[in-house]
Amino acid sequence: MSRMLLTVAIFLFPLWARAQDVDAVLKRDFHARGQATMDRIVQDRLQKVCTATHDNPPADAAKSIEAEQMKTIVFPAGSLLGDWKRGERLAQGGRGLTWNDKAGAPADGSCYNCHRLSPAELSYGTIGPSLTGFGKQRGAGEDAQRYVYGKIYNAKAYNACSQMPRLGFSGTLTAEQIKDLVALLLDPASPVNK
Amino acid sequence: MRLVLPLVLVLSFPVWGQDSKNQIQKYRDMVAEGSPAELFEIEGEALWKKPQGPNNVSLEKCDLGLGAGVLKGAYAHLPRYFADADRVMDLETRLAHCMVTLQGRTFKEATARVFGTADRPSEMESLSAYVASLSRGMPMAPGTSHPKEKEAYELGRALYVHRAGPWDFACTSCHGAEGKRIRLQELPVLTKVESARAVAATWPAYRVSTSQFVTLQWRMNDCYRQMRMPEPAFGSDATVALIHFIVVNGKGEPYRGPGNKR
Repeated sequence: MSRMLLTVAIFLFPLWARAQDVDAVLKRDFHARGQATMDRIVQDRLQKVCTATHDNPPADAAKSIEAEQMKTIVFPAGSLLGDWKRGERLAQGGRGLTWNDKAGAPADGSCYNCHRLSPAELSYGTIGPSLTGFGKQRGAGEDAQRYVYGKIYNAKAYNACSQMPRLGFSGTLTAEQIKDLVALLLDPASPVNK
Repeated sequence: MRLVLPLVLVLSFPVWGQDSKNQIQKYRDMVAEGSPAELFEIEGEALWKKPQGPNNVSLEKCDLGLGAGVLKGAYAHLPRYFADADRVMDLETRLAHCMVTLQGRTFKEATARVFGTADRPSEMESLSAYVASLSRGMPMAPGTSHPKEKEAYELGRALYVHRAGPWDFACTSCHGAEGKRIRLQELPVLTKVESARAVAATWPAYRVSTSQFVTLQWRMNDCYRQMRMPEPAFGSDATVALIHFIVVNGKGEPYRGPGNKR
């Protein structure tokens, strides 16, 4: 048992040492600007594990992170379907949390940066999967609403090292805004499902 | 020099999608022999020769790695280790170093406004355009043998995958898988030789969409802004290491900048 721990420690030490180096470099070479304060360079457990494993954590680590992240999601009571029109505006916008965005001003979802949504919008990114027709396949029932709300609130609860930001957990989007995005994806009237 | 700037005004990009890509390529082809970058090169040459700072001297004796005042091919050998500063420097960091050591300026003053605007480009941008233009046709050959060059490369490699900030981003979040885009912008995977070569050979560049001349220090800065991170200091080891990592991955490609970007 102790030999196994030792082997693990020897294997992980270079990764740990390198992470310490990078932390020291970030601390020395970066500075706070606007709302982008220096506490942002401090990695949480998830960020440490995803960095060390190049986003391929061992299955048990991924499972434990996902469970931990799932606990952060706060589901509002009642229907999670907001207004898809407001959702579309949020999906289009990319403001929020950068050092030149005004602190405390409402942020957007930045969705089209990475996803295809309404087929009318031709300028869409491809880092995330296409979500066109999402609600047509899944319906707009309670389970689908909870899944989409949870995924936007904290994508890491479903995929530990996902590249999608934890938009609710990080305080980027409010519960109302996330509900509007749920509607954009699930409402049968939304252009995403036309 | 042909007057090509009005082309920016007459060309419009009415429809996004494949069309806009073709339009941009068409624009690039049209200006390939007379890029707006030339205006920055001319301005940069004037700034290189202009006496400035408390010492009232020009930068003409600045050693960019191949000896004092040697400009031909200097950019193609950057970033590299400089014994007099005992660190690896990219072009912009070295230019700032010369402003301090030769011209007697403070680092703070010399780098107070390194990223300009369309209306008012920065001194650093024009100087970068000028120096880079004098390496055209030469294979990119950044320093890779000195221990500090190896260290910089390893730091760049580590930073490239380092996830942090409220959005959990690393460079790999956007530049980690091939064939991905943000909106319509294609994203090079800078660990891949072919993609890194195209980047190393074309930066700095004139950016059509913002009418600005942009440098690699600017690129690092604006990526971290979009990553929702605090700001990296201009010329810091972190920014130089990332630039070094990218250019070393793309070494060997003949320099063909400063060109045009989207």
